[in-house]
Amino acid sequence: MIRDITLGQYYPGDSMVHRLDARTKIIATLLYIIELFVVNNFWGFLIAAVALFAVVAVSKVPLKFIFRGLTAVFLIIAFTFLLNLFMVDGRVLWHWKFLTITYEGVSRAFFMAVRLVLLIIGSSILTLTTKPIELTDGLEKLLKPFSKIGLPSHEIALMMTIALRFIPTLMEETDKIIKAQQARGADFESGNILQRAKSLIPILVPLFVSSFRIAQDLALAMEARCYRGGDGRTRMNEIRFKKGDAAAAVLMALFLAVIIASRYITL
Amino acid sequence: MGFIEIRDLKIEFTKIDESGKEVPGKVALDGISLDIEKGSFVAVVGMNGSGKSTLAKCLNGLLIPTAGRVIVDGFDTANDETIWDIRSRVSMVFQNPDNQLVSSIVEDDVAFGPENLGIEPAEIRERVDNALIKVGMFELRDKGAHMLSGGQKQRIAIAGAIAMRPDCIVFDEPTAMLDPKGRAGVMQIIRDLHSAGITCILITHFMSEAEQADRVIVLKNGKLLCDRTPAALFSDREMIERAGLEMPPEIELRDKAGLPKELVTAEEIADYIAGK
Repeated sequence: MIRDITLGQYYPGDSMVHRLDARTKIIATLLYIIELFVVNNFWGFLIAAVALFAVVAVSKVPLKFIFRGLTAVFLIIAFTFLLNLFMVDGRVLWHWKFLTITYEGVSRAFFMAVRLVLLIIGSSILTLTTKPIELTDGLEKLLKPFSKIGLPSHEIALMMTIALRFIPTLMEETDKIIKAQQARGADFESGNILQRAKSLIPILVPLFVSSFRIAQDLALAMEARCYRGGDGRTRMNEIRFKKGDAAAAVLMALFLAVIIASRYITL
Repeated sequence: MGFIEIRDLKIEFTKIDESGKEVPGKVALDGISLDIEKGSFVAVVGMNGSGKSTLAKCLNGLLIPTAGRVIVDGFDTANDETIWDIRSRVSMVFQNPDNQLVSSIVEDDVAFGPENLGIEPAEIRERVDNALIKVGMFELRDKGAHMLSGGQKQRIAIAGAIAMRPDCIVFDEPTAMLDPKGRAGVMQIIRDLHSAGITCILITHFMSEAEQADRVIVLKNGKLLCDRTPAALFSDREMIERAGLEMPPEIELRDKAGLPKELVTAEEIADYIAGK
């Protein structure tokens, strides 16, 4: 199970979506999320949903993986739906004691739920079709212009790379410490919340110490391999915009126009 | 004149006392002078705390001498300006396979060193592929590092060192955390690198590994105890005892069977017995 988490949720493949530059995908995802909040009627959502599922179809990622991300946030979606359903004032549709459902409430609740579902699917497409290393590389390149005003873009990207690399190592370390403490009679399973939280201290303290030791080892190894910051560094796989990215940009612009136009559709 | 020249090397660690002042602490190395020739295979042995890992870290400027000098290919390790010239010539492989890999993907990790040197992408690709072929991990190049065994991770670390195209690789107890199979694989790679002309310096506490070198350096309490060929060292029981070491089992067998003292490695002894 530990092994699943580490590579993010990347679904290996060689589709057109997989081959796109990570930067294109990051920008497209951001743009799509913004567009979802521009949409204000049924037709807009229909267009947004159709476009999204077209991308899913092209990416060849099984629907099972797409919807897996949704189950985790199902509660949030349900909660937002109910809140919107009962809290919006307007023309009364149904009334019982203190509960009131209005016509506006129903439409707002549906729109909000659909918006959230599309938003989550849209962002999972990004992580499902992009290797973590490409994602961090893309982010580094995108943040590069901001390094002039002091944003450490290379360091941020390297931190993400190292964090991804060491999640499994630290998980194993935690596992080892838990077993060692259990062997000495530590009890992590009984007691109330406060007692359980306290019983975590014998895990967290050694974990903290050992992560410092790991960090020291890693720093030494990086120095031995001539690491001296981002300046003058080259990359084995230079990411660059290709024809596919230009096509994606055109599609994105077209889609933006359609979404804005959809606000004025009245049928 | 050797590829690496060590003159009166002293390493003294400082510690912080109760009042927060830096005071002299343990002397890890004292009065070490050595020459290491290009293309040689040198083993460094000694008990825990004898200073062998400290010596390894002096060879590429990870530690700067408190006194004395370490000169690598004409560059002084104490000179900040040429430190990268030294580190691109002398690579290092550490003990813990988990704590020296930087990237989650095998080939990305091997590329880390060459990327730091600012090499052209096409050449990095070629170096990475070559290095992975040399350590027999080319098929696993796009796998996640966390899926590999300890021995495989250590081979990736060696590939990362090879990809820098160094003249010399320092191995700091590379087999200490591996199972016997992983250990044998790593030793085979070290022997291959030595035959390919790379200077190999192996820090180890396994005598069976040290006996495969051209030359064994024995340290005790930070001082140089002796510096000889494995054949000379492993026929001197008194010296082995003084260093706090143990004779490897094959040497015990050789001596109990009364075989010639020139035989050192298990292979040589086995060949002798089979040929008899």
